[in-house]
Amino acid sequence: MYDTIIIGAGMSGLAAGIRLAHFDQRVCILERHYTIGGLNSFYRMGGRDYDVGLHAMTNFARQGDKRGPLAKLIRQLRFRWEDFKLAEQIGSSIRFPNISLDFGNDISLLESEIAKHFPHCVDGFQKLCGALLDYDDLDGNNPLFNRSAREFLVETIPDPLLREMILCPLMWYGNAREDDMDFGQFCIMFRACYLEGFARPFKGVRLILKNLVRKFRGLGGELKLRSGVSRIHVDNGRAVGVVLDDGTELAAKRILSSAGTVETMRMCDDITTPQIAKAGQLSFIESISILDRQPKDFGFDRTIVFYNDSETFHWRRPQTGLCDARTGVICSPNNYQYDAEDGTLPDGVIRITTLADHDSWAALDEVKYRAEKVAQYELSVESSVRFMPDFRRYVVDTDVFTPKTIRRFTYHDNGAVYGAPDKQLDGKTHLENVYLCGTDQGFVGIVGAILSGISMANRHCMTS
Amino acid sequence: MSPAEIREEIIDILSDIAPDEDLDDIVDETSFRDQLELDSMDFLDIVMELRKRHRVQIPEEDYGNLASMHSTVTYLEPKMRDIVKA
Repeated sequence: MYDTIIIGAGMSGLAAGIRLAHFDQRVCILERHYTIGGLNSFYRMGGRDYDVGLHAMTNFARQGDKRGPLAKLIRQLRFRWEDFKLAEQIGSSIRFPNISLDFGNDISLLESEIAKHFPHCVDGFQKLCGALLDYDDLDGNNPLFNRSAREFLVETIPDPLLREMILCPLMWYGNAREDDMDFGQFCIMFRACYLEGFARPFKGVRLILKNLVRKFRGLGGELKLRSGVSRIHVDNGRAVGVVLDDGTELAAKRILSSAGTVETMRMCDDITTPQIAKAGQLSFIESISILDRQPKDFGFDRTIVFYNDSETFHWRRPQTGLCDARTGVICSPNNYQYDAEDGTLPDGVIRITTLADHDSWAALDEVKYRAEKVAQYELSVESSVRFMPDFRRYVVDTDVFTPKTIRRFTYHDNGAVYGAPDKQLDGKTHLENVYLCGTDQGFVGIVGAILSGISMANRHCMTS
Repeated sequence: MSPAEIREEIIDILSDIAPDEDLDDIVDETSFRDQLELDSMDFLDIVMELRKRHRVQIPEEDYGNLASMHSTVTYLEPKMRDIVKA
């Protein structure tokens, strides 16, 4: 009998596991895939290391900073700042037609860009930042959480173009809701991207994951891969255990699931019709282009570029066609301030992310699927090179993953990277001893997911 | 444990929870929050560490007793009197 069974060995599951194992619980993490990481995993192909989801880790804080989400998770998991070897971004940009706003890990750069391009919005931007700092973003009980971010922006920023430009990166990094954003989520992402900023370990996400697993196992936690949970066995309103894909039964006092709200409900054998309409709608294709030179060599020094090809930013599942390339994210993992002793990444890399419709991709037969991966790659690159130097002649290899790939390896419905739009902030379910963590609980991204695992473990799983 | 030993143990727990804090100059009568960067998650960890290390149970309604070093030691003294320091 385990004290807690955790479903999913992604960032949130591993973090929750560490907290519980540290306080001497008998914990087992069950993962269906053959490897760890979930939505933020890593793989090796053609002799190269690739990150699945990582463009950047948000919420960067310097060594010695005691406040903020990064310092919090380091303390809670009993790590040291140097365990993550985070290198800061060089700098990023928001690029709309004929206008570019640069930003970095210090808010003053974005402030001066706004002063330059939108001088009439300087005061409003100060007011916006002030209002955000007043909002306690780790408290899921705040009634302002569900307020419309767009409405809030109309109250503070007079220029509609600037409103769209501010929202673009925050929605991309990540908003599970189409069109508008919850004010609570807006505050969290604003802090994550603009106030604290981006960083990346030289070795990528694998460093973070390996640290998490090593610590978890070192504390006596059990991790079982290739061990998908098929059912949560319910008796009298309580879960008594799980049944794995291969029929093995494991008993536990409580279950913490990072599989997603709908996905978890589907496992509960007291529920016959989970509400599929509530699943997340937003998914992506992502292409990774390997280059024969460093991006700086052809004049591209941006860490991340968030682009949009008109004055209005559209954040919606593509209605017609497989993808919507009007907007996208360009990421070069080379463009971080790595330590001299780490040097440069072995290859130049450009990653491009594009909005994609899961169902259209899933409906393609094998042959069409392969052809469309190539076709949509070319369209997304064509769209992107309007906002960055054309790198196509330097490409030596590519890999593309689609919503189908995401669904296949993470088992999240619709390949919804940011989960469902309505978050379960309190982490509760209809069962008194089954809880949720991860993207559907509330926080997204690496730092968000880790904090979700920590806070749900603290809140629900620590009592005897 | 004697009050002095309890105090040492609290310092040890704090150094585990918040290794980047300077614990040498703690003023016992001043609240922890006024001298250290501790939030509610950290206070919960103090409670959890006491339970883990010494099986000391602190009910939620008593958390207010952990505001300062002085109040913490005073509160824990009867609970930890019979515990032998490892």
